Amino acid sequence: MTYTAWIILTAALVGLSCGVIGVFLILRKTAMMADAISHTVLLGIVIAYIVTREVSGTAMLIGGILAGVFTAFLVQWLHSLRVQHDAAMGIVFTTLFAIGVILIATSVGNAHLDVQHALMGEITFIPFHMITLPFIGAIPEATALLLLVLAVILFFIIAFYKEWKITSFDPALAASLGIPVILMHYLFMGLVSVTTVASFDAVGAIMVVAMLITPAASAYLWTDKLSFMLVLSGSFGVVSAVTGYYIAAWIDTSISGSMAFATGLVFMISFIFSPKHGLIAKRVRPAETM
Amino acid sequence: MATPILQVENLSASYRKNTVLHDINFEVNGGSLTGIVGPNGAGKSTLLKTILNLHPSLTGSVKFFGLPFIKAKKRIGYVPQRGSVDWDFPTDALDVVTMGLYGQIGWLRRPSRLHKERAYEALDKMGMADYANRQISQLSGGQQQRVFLARALVQDADFYFMDEPLAGVDAATERAIMTILKELKAIGKTVMVVHHDLQTVEDYFDHVLLLNRTVIKHGKTEQIFTRENIANTYGGNMRWMGEEQRHAVHSIE
Repeated sequence: MTYTAWIILTAALVGLSCGVIGVFLILRKTAMMADAISHTVLLGIVIAYIVTREVSGTAMLIGGILAGVFTAFLVQWLHSLRVQHDAAMGIVFTTLFAIGVILIATSVGNAHLDVQHALMGEITFIPFHMITLPFIGAIPEATALLLLVLAVILFFIIAFYKEWKITSFDPALAASLGIPVILMHYLFMGLVSVTTVASFDAVGAIMVVAMLITPAASAYLWTDKLSFMLVLSGSFGVVSAVTGYYIAAWIDTSISGSMAFATGLVFMISFIFSPKHGLIAKRVRPAETM
Repeated sequence: MATPILQVENLSASYRKNTVLHDINFEVNGGSLTGIVGPNGAGKSTLLKTILNLHPSLTGSVKFFGLPFIKAKKRIGYVPQRGSVDWDFPTDALDVVTMGLYGQIGWLRRPSRLHKERAYEALDKMGMADYANRQISQLSGGQQQRVFLARALVQDADFYFMDEPLAGVDAATERAIMTILKELKAIGKTVMVVHHDLQTVEDYFDHVLLLNRTVIKHGKTEQIFTRENIANTYGGNMRWMGEEQRHAVHSIE
């Protein structure tokens, strides 16, 4: 495959994984946890690098999961000590992110990791790190990692579909039925973390937030059915990623920036034209809201 | 009388550092319909949540059918306050009712057609069959409450806890819900309902639990629901609610 094909495939995989997992971020009203986790996984990745002394996919995934779940745990803990929820989030993620930045500057120095890369990603470099897998052949490491993570996410979402639905809609009922609401919360935070880690190389910590939240927020405007919302959100993610690549190629600018911009465009279009909740629909038939 | 199916002993609970409930002791017999009544901030919702293990208790023990909650949970149904969920969630009425069956369906299984049929029957019972496929945000407050009731019915529990099911609903829904509650009682189920309207307590409930951070009085409505006990529960604020309005009701009769 050509470099361009690998880059577009990787971007599409980022869009798909983030789009699917983002649906539950929106529905659980924890969209900003994505922001927090996307920053703190940096710390997890740096520590994984310090421990193993190599930039390997698995070590990064494990470091990222631990950092993400640790973030969720700290936020919950501070909140239980009467710190407001959003403030708790702000305190935890900036502190952990800062530790990550300091570690990069002091201990990791010259390596593959640098802050610029961590924040913005560099999808054009992805085809330079090829690995060889059985059956598949040569594939960029980041793309392979994304495929693995996508499989994991889809497995968990499909296997526990009704549990995700009920714990998102009515956690009190879920708990009274004996569904482990808190465990599901941390499992979900773990899934957000792996998605973020896998997308890190491609789009970086800041743009991954756009990929997680905006396609799902757009899909929310188009449908009243959860399963369709998942499909739609994943598709919006893919469309934004691919469109973003071509915008970047066209005006010769940052690919991850263009991808995030494309998600914004999709949202704008949804906000105006969606048949159910769009601005125009509301203008045309304002009375039919009840 | 049968042995009590709910025994609450020395229960206390707090929100953050404020103790909301203390020294709660009461027993409930099977087949009763109990109204939990008390002023705002008396801890009515917290009492339900603490009994059902949804809110941590500081002290005390709760036994259902002589067992701890974990072992009895399949026989217990809970109807949270309508305002506790997001009605813009992308789902329809039938799906919400089906959620009542998720505990029985179990892990890694999808709701079957049989489950959907049972959910539909429960909706039908609440007069909501025509709205089965309606997006939940398009239902009125009363209809949403009926969906919640249908979800509780489909659980087929023996003991129901309901948090303000009659708050902010239309008269037809209130009648429909009370009919169902009396039916549940008639087939031997036990129901505890957080209730806010003092004027209807005598008509609706055979037992009443007067609560203001602790149990003020608990027992048969005709013995317990007296002016004096209500005054003790509501403190100085009850004068206008109790005396004058009750008086007005009587004069209409």
